[in-house]
Amino acid sequence: MRKKLSLYLLVLSLATLCFGQLNAATLNIHNGGDPSSLDPHKLSGDWENRIAGDIFEGLVTEDIGAEAIPGQAESWTISDDGLVYTFKLRDGISWTDGKPVTAGDFEFALKRLMDPAAAAKYAYLQYPIKNAEAINGGKIKDLNELGVKAIDDKTLEITLEKPTPYFIGALTHYTAYPLPKHVLEAKGDDWVKIDNIVTNGPYKPTEWIPGSHVTTVKNDKYYAADQLAIDSAKFFVLEDETAALKRYRAGEFDILTDFPTDQYEWIKKNLPGQAQVAPFAGLYYYVVNNTKPPFDNADVRKALSMSINREVIGPQILGTGELPAYSWVPPGMANYSEPAYVSWKDLPYGEKVAEAKKLLSAAGYSKDKPLKLQLRYNTNENHKRIAVAIAAMWKPLGVEVELYNTETKVHYDEITKGILEVARAGWLADYNDADNFLNLLKSDVNYNYGRFKNADYDALIDKGNATTDKDERAKLFRQAEQLALDESAAMPIYYYLARNIVSPKVKGYENNAFDIHRTRWMSKED
Amino acid sequence: MIRYAFNRLLTTIPVLWIAITICFFVLRMAPGGPFDGERPLPEAVKANLAAHYNFDKPLIEQYFIYISDVVRGDLGPSFTTLDFTVSEQIAIGLPYTLILGGAAFFVSILLGVAAGVYGALNRDTYSDHVLAALILTGLVVPNFLVAPIFQLVFGLQLEWFPVGGWGDGSLRYLILPVAVLSLPHIARISRLTRGSMIEALNTNFIRTAHSKGLSDRAIVWRHALRPALMPVISYLGPAAGFLLTGSLVVESIFGIPGIGRYFINAALNRDYGMVLGTVVFYMVLIMLLNLIVDIFYAWLDPRVRTR
Amino acid sequence: MSIRSIKENIVEDTFTEAVETSGRSLIQSAMLRFYRNKAAMLSLIVLCLLILAAIFGPYFVPFNYEDPDWSAFRAPPSFESGHYFGTDQNGRDLLARTLYGTRVSLTVAFVATLVSVLIGVSYGAIAGYLGGRVDQALMRFVDIMYALPYILFVILLMVIFGRNVFLLFAAIGALEWLTMARIVRGQTLSLKEREFIEAARATGLSTPAIIFRHIVPNLAGPVVIYAALTIPEIVATESFLSYLGFGIQEPLTSLGTLIAEGADVMEVLPWLLFFPAAFLVTLLISLLFVGDGLRDAFDSKERKR
Repeated sequence: MRKKLSLYLLVLSLATLCFGQLNAATLNIHNGGDPSSLDPHKLSGDWENRIAGDIFEGLVTEDIGAEAIPGQAESWTISDDGLVYTFKLRDGISWTDGKPVTAGDFEFALKRLMDPAAAAKYAYLQYPIKNAEAINGGKIKDLNELGVKAIDDKTLEITLEKPTPYFIGALTHYTAYPLPKHVLEAKGDDWVKIDNIVTNGPYKPTEWIPGSHVTTVKNDKYYAADQLAIDSAKFFVLEDETAALKRYRAGEFDILTDFPTDQYEWIKKNLPGQAQVAPFAGLYYYVVNNTKPPFDNADVRKALSMSINREVIGPQILGTGELPAYSWVPPGMANYSEPAYVSWKDLPYGEKVAEAKKLLSAAGYSKDKPLKLQLRYNTNENHKRIAVAIAAMWKPLGVEVELYNTETKVHYDEITKGILEVARAGWLADYNDADNFLNLLKSDVNYNYGRFKNADYDALIDKGNATTDKDERAKLFRQAEQLALDESAAMPIYYYLARNIVSPKVKGYENNAFDIHRTRWMSKED
Repeated sequence: MIRYAFNRLLTTIPVLWIAITICFFVLRMAPGGPFDGERPLPEAVKANLAAHYNFDKPLIEQYFIYISDVVRGDLGPSFTTLDFTVSEQIAIGLPYTLILGGAAFFVSILLGVAAGVYGALNRDTYSDHVLAALILTGLVVPNFLVAPIFQLVFGLQLEWFPVGGWGDGSLRYLILPVAVLSLPHIARISRLTRGSMIEALNTNFIRTAHSKGLSDRAIVWRHALRPALMPVISYLGPAAGFLLTGSLVVESIFGIPGIGRYFINAALNRDYGMVLGTVVFYMVLIMLLNLIVDIFYAWLDPRVRTR
Repeated sequence: MSIRSIKENIVEDTFTEAVETSGRSLIQSAMLRFYRNKAAMLSLIVLCLLILAAIFGPYFVPFNYEDPDWSAFRAPPSFESGHYFGTDQNGRDLLARTLYGTRVSLTVAFVATLVSVLIGVSYGAIAGYLGGRVDQALMRFVDIMYALPYILFVILLMVIFGRNVFLLFAAIGALEWLTMARIVRGQTLSLKEREFIEAARATGLSTPAIIFRHIVPNLAGPVVIYAALTIPEIVATESFLSYLGFGIQEPLTSLGTLIAEGADVMEVLPWLLFFPAAFLVTLLISLLFVGDGLRDAFDSKERKR
């Protein structure tokens, strides 16, 4: 029987190879960089998420608009104190090798995620789980202390450290995907090789040529396999975005996951309706070293921040119309309403500059005694342009800027160590909650590059996170945000936009704030 | 000759060792590490990763671990493409680079020599000048500029060839990348050939051949070409090296999964294992190619053998 | 016998005979021959114009290479606005940037070539003059260096010296000296048998003094030719590195950086590619012709030209 089946599969795959273009819908996605792995615990980038989310599925998954919907779990209950989540798994879910997906697979995966020996880069996203941080940090050695328990094959219980309103959203993340325990135990680290890998998502990986592409094909064992319109997806590696756009125009790609901003006008004119530019839950900002004179003076920071003409950056310098940012949390985050804004947001630019000049001269700087600063950014055309423009905006204030460009690795290595005066940074939300952004300015986190330190701020955030009342939480958070903005802790510049190009042939693509578009929802016309 | 080849091979071992040692320590001196990125990792996670890859050991100990692995033929893990070891990635990428480089190599020789001989025989005519101008353009326009222009003209406007990718590996996917890669080498080889051909045609024995009434064609093929090609042959070793390493621009613009791309990405990502792996691999390859060219050269030119 | 590079061949072959004849008349007749070579002379004039434009041009352009014109972003070339080459995405005048970029590219090439000349000449002269075991060891080292994948090392250097461009190009020059060392060694070997060296030795001059006072000055010919052929290579290497993103720090720029940026927008903002590319191509072609002209001029072999 099995032999027959595999023969059938072989013929089928040969047929797909020969007549691929005729009867199978293949989606060709330009995916940017090479994925580092197919193992969900070893990923860290959005290009990797696109593949991982197609081949694996967690308890909850993303719908067409990237909202959390039931995935492998069909339902769940939350205890009144907000600490214990009980998931009931769907019937008929299985791995691609036919073995059922059990609650044990989830327990196994989350324990492996937190195991220091597995060295998972993104483990901290599941730190809301009880004892997770302590285990990952080596303070608790026994993995069984983790707040995850398979009650039976179909029931999984997760206990949290403290109530976390965004936890269900966090479970859509690839760090919460189940792993095939039986395969990992049999094959060890080799389980992830293309010939061994077993997955549970709508698609399964069949081919990976590093530097070229990863191919996935429809997983017939997936519970909603009959609803999949795309038979196969190819995720192409190509870092050169200009070359990628040319290949799109030649019909070699169906979706581009980014495009050079300079081409936007051209694309709008020549490929009408194909560029998808939509708000993205992310903030582009500059950090200032809060501990180094003269930047420890809040007025100096305020003067620098005020004199950035944010309205020019999106439309003129980038050309895609990014919206100017005057708040720390981008608008539209869940469990939060309107963010807090800087007090000087609506002043005309001329007045902002005049005010900034006054602040700087009060701090003892003027054209004759210029404020000298070093502005760091990592190698990228857009970062460079923005830095050049901002340096020019500061020049009339009597600020002399030295531009300092390094590769991404060096940039983050150094600014994480606090080696900076002013530096470029950015944050894309991991999960839909204001806390994800506010955390960046807490005094004890290592991505608080500017070393902003304010006890009241920390207290407000902690207090907000301790309460189960969502409105109260939002109120405390907004107070904290206002405090940080009044202190000019850092300089928000613009809110990110997601830039995609989607062929008119592709349907079922919907813009959303997390820029997650699963192949599962898409279809392609010939 | 065999003894000579063997000696040459023996001397490559200390050279390799020195190069690995320098690269190893120099790389570690460079700022930034493989685990730095847009998202700084919590200290605990960073420590876990460091322990996983032996980075917590003293540098000198890591060095000895690496050297002993290399001696056993294991180039170690890659930090960016975790599912493949360095050796596996090189094995996967090598055929693409070799096909690309090999094709460009032969195209360069063929067209380069042809253009050079033509130029020498039709010296200072109108067509010689046109050809020389074309060749000069190929030499001075950087290939990262030629590649997108070719994509635009031959891929998008004329639709003769695919814009990029390897597809099924058929010829139409190869033509544009090979053309871009070989252009500067066609130019160099033709300039070399033209120069030495003119010189050869002016030597006494060619003049003698002329006076004996031999036809032009016979003179070129039988007498002038061989001495004229000597400098070309000595250029082939470096050319092969340039083609291999030069393919990195072509590979990254055309999206071809060869090993040319590896090095630059690895250096940027501080993927120490991959950087060292590609350096070792390229050195071995280039040394072998140089050796082959040297032997070939000695076989063609008896004067060298005696030296 | 190991691999000899193309340039070495050209230069060495040219000079084996040249050195035999007397120094002064050689240079005079070579100058005369160069003067008669129309292509080379024209190139030399173009090259001089380019250099003058790079040095003095920026002072005559009403715009500065780093300040944006807030009223003109991505503006095409126009006479009314005074942006004859147009502006870039930061509203900076492209003419000013191209001239400045030419200056940087030339400076970088000059620094790197100077370094390669300094190291190559000293190394080659010492090896050639001392001869014997020292010579063998030194030249073996050069052979070994030849086998290293050059561009990989340049990229490694970029990773380490990323910040300081002149230091970096000094480092590239330090990799480019190999061929120079070989040529100089070959010349020195034949020079040291000459009478005036023997005479110097007889007067009891120290070895370093002989090398640097008597040998090195007599190597001017091949060194100049080889250096002229090295400059375009360094300019090309610089543009290649710019493409990889290791270019000059903003707001400074170079021709390579400008072209790498322009190549991405060739369809939408074509002037950003056209002008810098025209400058680079003109610069490289004239450098090549001058180099060729020099080589031909010093070549004493009879040639029908």
